[in-house]
Amino acid sequence: MSVRVGTADFDVSAEMARIAGNDTDIGGVAVFVGKVRGRADGQDLVSMTLEHYPGMTETELERIETEAQHRFNLSASLIVHRIGTLKPGDNIVLVIACAPHRHDAFAAAGFLMDYLKTRAPFWKQETLANGESRWVAAKESDDTAAAAWRSKAAD
Amino acid sequence: MTATPQFRTTKPESDSPGSREVVLRYFAWLREKIGTGEERMPLPPTITTVSDLLHWQVTRGHPFDAAFAKPDAIRVALDHAHAKPTATIANAREIAFFPPVTGG
Repeated sequence: MSVRVGTADFDVSAEMARIAGNDTDIGGVAVFVGKVRGRADGQDLVSMTLEHYPGMTETELERIETEAQHRFNLSASLIVHRIGTLKPGDNIVLVIACAPHRHDAFAAAGFLMDYLKTRAPFWKQETLANGESRWVAAKESDDTAAAAWRSKAAD
Repeated sequence: MTATPQFRTTKPESDSPGSREVVLRYFAWLREKIGTGEERMPLPPTITTVSDLLHWQVTRGHPFDAAFAKPDAIRVALDHAHAKPTATIANAREIAFFPPVTGG
């Protein structure tokens, strides 16, 4: 289980090899990569700058990973999140969930992303082609997705 | 600074009895509106909950009145942990204010 926050890009294959290693109990690996879209609300995007809360970010990501471990049969997991200024097409976030079986891998990757979206202290600021700069507003649909996991807690 | 929630202590050099200095942090558009990301402030002893804290910020005049005009739109963390409006501040040393998060 590990988390990493920084400006550097990531190599999905290298990260997958590192996190899964030689663990032959792993039967499934789910990988999610979040990327910068070139358009936002119909407008061309020049760049996206990610701010975060150093210290709390790492703590919160570790809490989310721990919660995933309690909920799913996970062999290993990884969260890498980039900060700083990114361009359309750039990678933002990588989530890898390794499990003996696919259902746990898929579900854990989805859970990690849904919780990260609503709990990890990152904020996006978009710079548009027209020169305008604006902070991205939180989406209600992200809160709904995270809340759905909370109601599943008793399953 | 590094927060150690499990070993919270009140700073001995508090301004006056009942008032203790805390670090206030601001992020994203809140930081821009306030013009700083961090300040040290003695907390009035009457403030006990996160909700008290949000409403106290509004009373501090420009630029805090405008930045905290909609306290419901602002999230709070006590020593790096999310806190609900009803949460007690207790001995938190670092209190952060920010808009709902938008990572991922």
